[in-house]
Amino acid sequence: MVVTTENSQLSSPLLAPEPKPLSQIGYTLFSRPSTIIAFVIVLIFIVVAIFAPLLAPYDPLAQSILKINRLPSASNWLGTDQFGRDVLSRMIHGSRNSLIFGLISPVLAAICGTVLGVVAGYFGGIIDRVISRLIDLLLAFPELLLAIMIAAVLGGGFWNVIAVITVAFIPGFARVARASTLAVKQEPYIEAATAIGLRTPVIIFRHVIPNIAAPIVVLMTLWVASAIRLEASLSFLGIGTQPPNPSWGNIIRDGLNNLFGSPWPIIGAGFAITCVVLSFNLLGDVVRDVLDPEISE
Amino acid sequence: MARYLLLRLADAIPTVLLVLTLVFIAMRILPGDPAIAALGDMATPEQLEIFRERMGLNAPLWMQYFSFLWGMLTLDFGTSLMNNQSVLRLIAYNLPYTIELTIVAMIMGVGVGIPLGVLAATHRNKAPDAAVRGFSLLGYAVPDFYLGALLLITFSLNMGLFPINGGGEGFVDRMHHVFLPALTLAMVKAAFIGRLTRTSLLEVFGKDYIRTARAKGARERRVIYRHGLRNAMLPLTTGIGLSMLATLSGSVAIELVFNRPGIGKLLISAIAERDYAVIQGGVVIFALFVVLINLLMDLVYIVVDPRIRVQ
Repeated sequence: MVVTTENSQLSSPLLAPEPKPLSQIGYTLFSRPSTIIAFVIVLIFIVVAIFAPLLAPYDPLAQSILKINRLPSASNWLGTDQFGRDVLSRMIHGSRNSLIFGLISPVLAAICGTVLGVVAGYFGGIIDRVISRLIDLLLAFPELLLAIMIAAVLGGGFWNVIAVITVAFIPGFARVARASTLAVKQEPYIEAATAIGLRTPVIIFRHVIPNIAAPIVVLMTLWVASAIRLEASLSFLGIGTQPPNPSWGNIIRDGLNNLFGSPWPIIGAGFAITCVVLSFNLLGDVVRDVLDPEISE
Repeated sequence: MARYLLLRLADAIPTVLLVLTLVFIAMRILPGDPAIAALGDMATPEQLEIFRERMGLNAPLWMQYFSFLWGMLTLDFGTSLMNNQSVLRLIAYNLPYTIELTIVAMIMGVGVGIPLGVLAATHRNKAPDAAVRGFSLLGYAVPDFYLGALLLITFSLNMGLFPINGGGEGFVDRMHHVFLPALTLAMVKAAFIGRLTRTSLLEVFGKDYIRTARAKGARERRVIYRHGLRNAMLPLTTGIGLSMLATLSGSVAIELVFNRPGIGKLLISAIAERDYAVIQGGVVIFALFVVLINLLMDLVYIVVDPRIRVQ
């Protein structure tokens, strides 16, 4: 980080002692059977998404008029759709979209939201009032509705979907970052840092952000699942991943247009979304329990 | 109390203005050229010019802004580019279906969710509690449009018990049409409300006045509903409000699944057809709905929490 200065060794004793969250996450993770299953599902999901071209038995876009609406069989495990495309291959390739959007959007939203929240919380005054008013307003909207409204204006496509999901998540992060910053600002170590004459960016990056990181990271992990769901919903509505590129959401949409043909695309893709979202939710809960015991149930 | 009401109402006015301004910024300024954004890159210069003329995009930005605001305030949403119908009429036709779906779904969701939560809280760490927890975990994870599609395939397509599309005519037929879509949304709602009821109730159960109620010999039913649930209503009101908002956003996908009329379906088809005026109208209506539901939540607080009335 650029802001590390000659004062860094002075400031380090002022930081709270570091816990070892990773080993604790590992312990909590493997002490519950449900989270072990969740962990395995997430692992499979990630491997499938990364190695999709090697694992998929067919080209996900290859149409064949000879094998339309096939039922599941040895050659097409989940059958084929109305264009004769292999459903399993489409699902395997579709997992890439879910993984990309599921990971990128919460991270981007966390960065933007943290910047907004810290700026509002740390500087206060008119900046805080403007940012808070906007955040409050946007928070009144459910993420999905906000995403639909933004997508309605922007249209679909890869970067737009990233932008839409990110913007939908920013207010939540900004609120948490602002509240945490307000709390941290009252701490003696901030007063000490100000007293020894550290510059504002140094204080923010070395003393404020590390101390508000826990709730932000918790929110980020909890929202991986939401982002995957959101991408699926948008693609289902036709304003996310654009056909013919496969996404779990638009596989269900295609399936719905082919209700009398074959229900298998819907059943398969929906099951995949449910399992992956459920697993990420369970893992997110573990991270929350370890990093932020105060807000856990 | 009257002052509180007035304050809340007065607070909604700048919120509505801010929302309309954001919509204006999003639709007219962010895309660069709204005409290209609306018609696509393939549009000819003549088409773009006709569109700009029609939508008043040739006027200076501040004039566009005020005519946009004036249009919204006088409910003049313009005309659809696809079929030349007034957007207000399209909205007026579709809106009742969305409201109907939201209300029925909320009644079903709250009606199932609260008893589930009570069941879980009164049987803490026993089988019913675990079952409710499993149900709510699943409810958080399963996408509503997937659930809707499964219900549609099972009950409408295979068993023929419910219609597969449309909104219905007349009360009985409409309820018949709205049942499965509402059930879909309600199941997700019930999962959320059930979990929330459990948490709020357990918190209330730890309070002194519950012990007092039990000590004076009140029957368990009375303790749970009269003393427990009544005091758990405050967090629940927030939760029900949030879930009403979520139902509204869920209705978009559900209207598509069950192919029934509604604002969501209107908006989604408008996006597919790049029908600029309808998109704008749909987005504004959804935004106003959100403001309205938040306002309603504040009003319900007055009913639920007598302390606000005194202040």
